[in-house]
Amino acid sequence: MSTLEIKDLHVSIDTEQGTKEILKGVSLTIRTGETHAIMGPNGSGKSTLASTIAGHPRYNVTAGTITLDGDDVLAMSVDERARAGLFLAMQYPVEVPGVSMTNFLRTAKTAIDGEAPKLRTWTKDVKAAMAQLRIDADFTQRNVNEGFSGGEKKRVEILQLELFKPKFAVLDETDSGLDVDALKVVSEGVNRAHAEGNMGTLLITHYTRILRYIKPDFVHVFVDGQVVEEGGPELADRLEEEGYDRYATGAGAATIAAADAAAQA
Amino acid sequence: MTDITTEKARIGAPSAQPFINGFTEEGESLSPLNAAESKSPLAGEAVKRHSHGGGVGVPDSSRAGRLTSYKLADFKPLTGMEEDWRFTPLKRLRGLHTEVLGGAAPSVSVTAPDNVIVETVGRDDRRIGSAAIPEDRVSANAWENFTEATVITVPAEVQAEGEVSVLLTGQGTGAAAQHVVIVAEKFSKSVVVLDHQGTAVVSENIEILVEDGAQLTVISLQEWNDDAVHASSQQAKLGRDAKFKHIVVSLGGDLVRVTPSARFTAPGAEAEMFGLYFADAGQHLEQRLFVDHAVANCKSNVLYKGALQGRNAHTVWVGDVLIRKEAEGTDTYEANRNLVLTDGARADSVPNLEIETGLIAGAGHASATGRFDDEHLFYLMARGIPEEVARRLVVRGFLNEIIQKIKVPAIEERLTAAVERELAATDN
Ligand SMILES: Nc1ncnc2c1ncn2[C@@H]1O[C@H](COP(=O)(O)OP(=O)(O)OP(=O)(O)O)[C@@H](O)[C@H]1O
Ligand SMILES: [Mg+2]
Repeated sequence: MSTLEIKDLHVSIDTEQGTKEILKGVSLTIRTGETHAIMGPNGSGKSTLASTIAGHPRYNVTAGTITLDGDDVLAMSVDERARAGLFLAMQYPVEVPGVSMTNFLRTAKTAIDGEAPKLRTWTKDVKAAMAQLRIDADFTQRNVNEGFSGGEKKRVEILQLELFKPKFAVLDETDSGLDVDALKVVSEGVNRAHAEGNMGTLLITHYTRILRYIKPDFVHVFVDGQVVEEGGPELADRLEEEGYDRYATGAGAATIAAADAAAQA
Repeated sequence: MTDITTEKARIGAPSAQPFINGFTEEGESLSPLNAAESKSPLAGEAVKRHSHGGGVGVPDSSRAGRLTSYKLADFKPLTGMEEDWRFTPLKRLRGLHTEVLGGAAPSVSVTAPDNVIVETVGRDDRRIGSAAIPEDRVSANAWENFTEATVITVPAEVQAEGEVSVLLTGQGTGAAAQHVVIVAEKFSKSVVVLDHQGTAVVSENIEILVEDGAQLTVISLQEWNDDAVHASSQQAKLGRDAKFKHIVVSLGGDLVRVTPSARFTAPGAEAEMFGLYFADAGQHLEQRLFVDHAVANCKSNVLYKGALQGRNAHTVWVGDVLIRKEAEGTDTYEANRNLVLTDGARADSVPNLEIETGLIAGAGHASATGRFDDEHLFYLMARGIPEEVARRLVVRGFLNEIIQKIKVPAIEERLTAAVERELAATDN
């Protein structure tokens, strides 16, 4: 049983116009076996939260903490975080020239486990996982994400999720750009990983569509760098009907947010 | 043939590449002088626009029209404005283009299988000039100044067991001339390795004759010391059904400029030309190749890959492929890929494909310069891979494609180790 705890997280980035605060005090606790959905409009800071957990250098944490079973995640380098059991399925996975998928997957697995996987079983595992995600076998010969379509990239992120077996998975809009079939395939992958019982999931999404396939235990509504409302799966249904307008309009959102922040403090 | 039935194309687009400081994309905003000095891929365009009467600048003519001569005097002194010198920092040639090349040439030591003939000959040997003729001033300067040449002959039908290894060891910084002739006689099969080491300032002419039905691989390794300056013209003449594989590997040296060419003289021949280069801070590694499809039904395949790291690491790749009117049935492809590992490095890449007949099997070119940037690093590290491992993974994978073509295990291992060393150099 593990716990990923985010407390009063403030994050800013350096822009040409100066420092810009994006996360304005986010608190969230995820335990093994739980699925938390974070939903919010474009630009609300969802990816910023995900990237900050993974340790992207662009994001500066100005206040707050992230801990994994009490260990200070913010003190870890990007690769240390991954080895500690954090996994980020990226919204826009980058293409890495020169590195074949085979080589990449084996190197990453070796780094995460601290030892090279047994070649025979590893090759079999990779093949099986690829087949389940409907990824062509010849993808292993191609360079990481190079020339993959948007949907293929997302599947390959989930392939890694299944192979690396993290303690916590952060899925940043894994559903965007997927057609219904691909969405099902990808969701099944996440559900399989979850069913093994050793993973907690933070599912970031803009739409409720994916929540039909991946059932969240908790839903957090994210607006302007803050969680403005929290609830169970029923909150997602309400968002489906009402959209984000209720939160996004001026003073209303600020008031809800301020009230929440005050309540949490 | 008239213009209507002749397809003539000159495709010479510089690839996407980081522009150097102070250089704008608008050629117009630069004076011709500055443009030439900036040695940008667009400099030629700017020069053309600003010159009238055709004296200075880039001739519009095809590669076929280039001046060739054994006489130094036939080549004008270099200004840096010449199309084929516009990327080269002449100051760093250390006199290869201006001085009498009287320095001690790199020593030559050859290890060869018994049935391969190795000779040291004088300038008047009949085989001198059998495959090559200088195409630039530096090459002509070497031709005029070399005193003796090494001639390696793989006799007809001999299948050489193991490679012919030619170790060329630099003898210091006096500007010198070198000459090597490789003759692969009919139906012979062999691998020749030119292994350049030490410190030298040398202009070199390598003549390569691949006779009918012969199969020859020539591997030229430039693992010079940091202060070496090397210009190497490596010209191959291919007979009927000849198979020629040429591999250039440039890792060490302050300035290395290799100009390989393959000329088809009879149908059915095949040329594969591969290259690998890895430029560190301050290094200038240049490769300009020429494939001359002068006859019908020949095949060529070119792939050069380069990695760059460190301030002012500069690589140049220019690939001229000419498909003449007579060369029906030609099949050719050329590609250059560069991987820029750090800021401040610059890769110029210019494929030139000239097609004078429409009756070909295929012709293509590609050029891409990619950056290994923070996002790549982040992606790999986010999967648990430590930074140095990530960096190595990328470069190793990228360059391995060329190393694998060498097929001489000892050299493959040596180069893999050399690439690791280059990478280790960035870590500090
Ligand atoms: N590099 C950057 N430069 C300037 N602004 C940035 C940068 N990165 C993020 N931002 C800004 O920070 C805010 C949050 O962006 P973020 O990508 O976290 O939002 P998001 O909720 O993931 O949006 P989406 O639903 O579109 O993925 C936005 O206003 C965005 O414009
Ligand atoms: Mg986002």
